Amino acid sequence: MEDRRAARPIESRAGRLGLFPDGPTNLKIEAKIGGRRTAVEFSSVDGEMRFTIDGRALDANAVEIARGVYSILIGGQSFEVRVESEGAALRVSIAGREYSADVYDKRQWRRCRGATAEAEGRQQVAAPMPGKVIRVLVKPGDSVERGQGLVVVEAMKMQNEVRSPKSGTVERLLVAEGQAVNSGQGVAIVN
Amino acid sequence: MFRKILIANRGEIAIRILRSCRELGIRAVAVFSDVDRASLHVRLADEAYPIGPAPSRQSYLAIDKIIGVARQAGCDAVHPGYGFLAENAALPRACTAAGLVFIGPSAEAMQRLGSKTAARQLARETGVPTVPGTIEPIQTLDEALATARATGFPVVLKAVAGGGGKGMRTIEQESDLASAWRDAASEAQNAFGDGRLYLEKYLVRPRHIEIQVLADHHGHAVFLGERECSVQRRYQKVIEEAPSPIMTPDLRRAMGDAAVKLARAGGYTNAGTVEFLVDASRNFYFLEMNTRLQVEHPVTEMVTSLDLVKLQIAIAAGAPLPFSQGDVDLRGHAIECRVYAEDPENNFFPSPGKILERRVPTGPGIRVDESIYAGWTVPNEYDPLLGKLIAWGSDRDEAIARLKRALDEYYVTGIRTNVGLFQRILDSPDFREGEIHTRWLDDFLKQQSPTSEARSRASDSVGDAAAIALAMWHASRNAGSSPHSANGRSTAESQWKTEGRRDQLNRAPDA
Repeated sequence: MEDRRAARPIESRAGRLGLFPDGPTNLKIEAKIGGRRTAVEFSSVDGEMRFTIDGRALDANAVEIARGVYSILIGGQSFEVRVESEGAALRVSIAGREYSADVYDKRQWRRCRGATAEAEGRQQVAAPMPGKVIRVLVKPGDSVERGQGLVVVEAMKMQNEVRSPKSGTVERLLVAEGQAVNSGQGVAIVN
Repeated sequence: MFRKILIANRGEIAIRILRSCRELGIRAVAVFSDVDRASLHVRLADEAYPIGPAPSRQSYLAIDKIIGVARQAGCDAVHPGYGFLAENAALPRACTAAGLVFIGPSAEAMQRLGSKTAARQLARETGVPTVPGTIEPIQTLDEALATARATGFPVVLKAVAGGGGKGMRTIEQESDLASAWRDAASEAQNAFGDGRLYLEKYLVRPRHIEIQVLADHHGHAVFLGERECSVQRRYQKVIEEAPSPIMTPDLRRAMGDAAVKLARAGGYTNAGTVEFLVDASRNFYFLEMNTRLQVEHPVTEMVTSLDLVKLQIAIAAGAPLPFSQGDVDLRGHAIECRVYAEDPENNFFPSPGKILERRVPTGPGIRVDESIYAGWTVPNEYDPLLGKLIAWGSDRDEAIARLKRALDEYYVTGIRTNVGLFQRILDSPDFREGEIHTRWLDDFLKQQSPTSEARSRASDSVGDAAAIALAMWHASRNAGSSPHSANGRSTAESQWKTEGRRDQLNRAPDA
C-alpha cells in the first residue's frame, strides 16, 4: 500500500498556493534539529530548486510525497524524511532515527513553532493522553521530586503515572479521582 | 465443516481469523462496538453486527450479546481470538447451551489448565517441573510475607486470573512487599474482577520459552516447536521468535513432551501454549498455559508452514489432526515485533489518535498482521496493539536483517508507535547473540534512553536532508503568513485549505 497520491515537486504546490507568486522567490529559516542549529535558504528560480545550508550551496531536490513526508535527494543520495508536529515542537524522522526540531523564520526572526519548555519555574503538568484519573498520588503542599508520580491515568486498559517535570511543591491539583481528562489537559501545577 | 463463524474479537486477530475463514470458504461474521464501526475487521467481514458501546464489558465481553448475534446470524461456531473472552469458560459453556461450537478447548479443560493455580497443581501431579512458590491463592499479606521468606527474595506476585503482566509485581526485598501487594491486588481487581494473588520465587535472568501444542478430539496431540519470548517490557512480550536461539533437539523434545503430557492430563483439545521459564542451566519450569491462540502464533506458522487458525477450525469441527509429531518440520527462523500505538520517548504512554499517512513493508519473507489504515482513528478504549510485523529468514541472521529492512520501510504518521524501539533492540549485541532474558529489555531501556539518542547529533548529509524537509514543511504550513505572499494572508490560506480538501477528495478509500 504505497502512497497513492502522485508525488508533486514542492515548488509547484507552493506556486499554485500563491506562496511564491512572483517567479523568483526565496525562504530563509533556521532549523534546530536535535539541538543543532542550521540556517537554510531555499529559492525557486524558474521552477528550479536551490538550497543553501549554512552558506553551502547544495545539489538537492525535494518532493513532498504526502502530508509531512518528503523525498530528498542530495548529490544523488536518497533520503526520506517525515515531519510531524508534536505538542509545541516538531519531530523529524530520518534514517530510522528521530529528532526533536524547531523552525524559526529568519526573515521575521521569530520562532514559528515550538517552545521547548524547560522544567523550571511554575509548571502546569499535562496529561499526555486522554483517559481517566484513577488515583491521585499527591496533595497540594506536598514536595515532589522530579520524575515523581502525581496522578495515575488509565487509558487503553493501562495505568500510567503522570510525573512531575521538576522538583518542587504541588501548588494545586486540577483533577480529581474518577475524572476524565483530555490529552494536554492540566492535572497539577508544580512550583 | 462449518458454514459460518462468528469472530468474538476486534483488531488484528479478528482479521487474522477472518482470513482463514475466507480461504476455507466459511462466512466470517464480525461484531463491533460503537467506536469500531469503521474498523478494518468490520470492513473486511462478510457480515457485521453492532454489540454495544465502547466499554468492553458492554460489548466485547458481553456474552449474551455475542451469543445472540451468533444465533440470529445463523452461525455454527464462535472463535474467541485472544484477550476479551478467549479464556473465560463462560463463553464455551454459553456456546454449548446455544448449540454453537466453541473453537477452543472445553470449558472444563480451560478451567483446569487456564487457572494458574489449578494448572500448577496438575503440573506437579504429572511430573512437569514448576517454579517454587504457592499453589493456592494467598489470603493475607502476612501469609505472603511468610511464603516470601521461605522461598527467599526476589519473589513475584501474580494475579490468579491474570495475564499480560497485569496484577503482577516483582519484589526485590521485604520492605517492598506491602505496597506491591496492594498495587497488584487492586490492579488485578480492576483488570479481571478478581484480586486474588499467588506468590512464587523469581528466577534470576530466566528465558521465556513456550511450546505450541495442538490436540484433537481423537486422542492425538502434538507440539509445533517452541517460541522464545524473552524480550519483554514489564512482562509484556515485545519480540518473539522461533526457534529459540538456545534450543537443542534434546531440550526441545523434553519441553515438548512435558507440554503434551500436561495438555493430555488436562483433557485439552484445540490449540494451546504451554509457557516455561528456562534458567541459565537450561532447566525448565512450567509457568502457565494459555488456553487459546496467541498473539505470537505467526512465528510458529512461518517456521512450520502451517495455518494454526485453520487447524483450530478443523479440530473444532471434529477432524483428526492431519499429521503426526514426526511430520512436524521446522524450517528457517521467524521473528515478530508487536507494533503498539505508544510513545517510547514518553514512558510508553498509549498514543491513540488518527492515522494520517503510512507505509506497509512488503517483499521477501515479510508478513504483516494488522488492522489499521490511513484515516482510521485508533480508539483509546482498547489495547493499543496496531499489528505485528513478522520476518522469516533461512537462519536467524537473515530474519533479523529482513526485519530491520522492513522496519526501515514501515512508518505511521499522526500517532506515535514503538517502531524505533525495535531497531535499537535488533542492533544490540545482546539480542544478536541471543543473550536475552525476561528482564533484559527493562535493563536495556534504562541504559539507553531514547532521549539521549534524540539529542545525538545528526551526520552531515542526514542533517542537511532534515533541514531541507523542515524548510519544506515550514513553507507549506506557513503559506499564509509568508512575507512573500503577494496575495496576502487570507487568500493564500484559503487556497491552502482548498488544496487540503482536494487532497481529501482524491484519497483512495483504503489508501
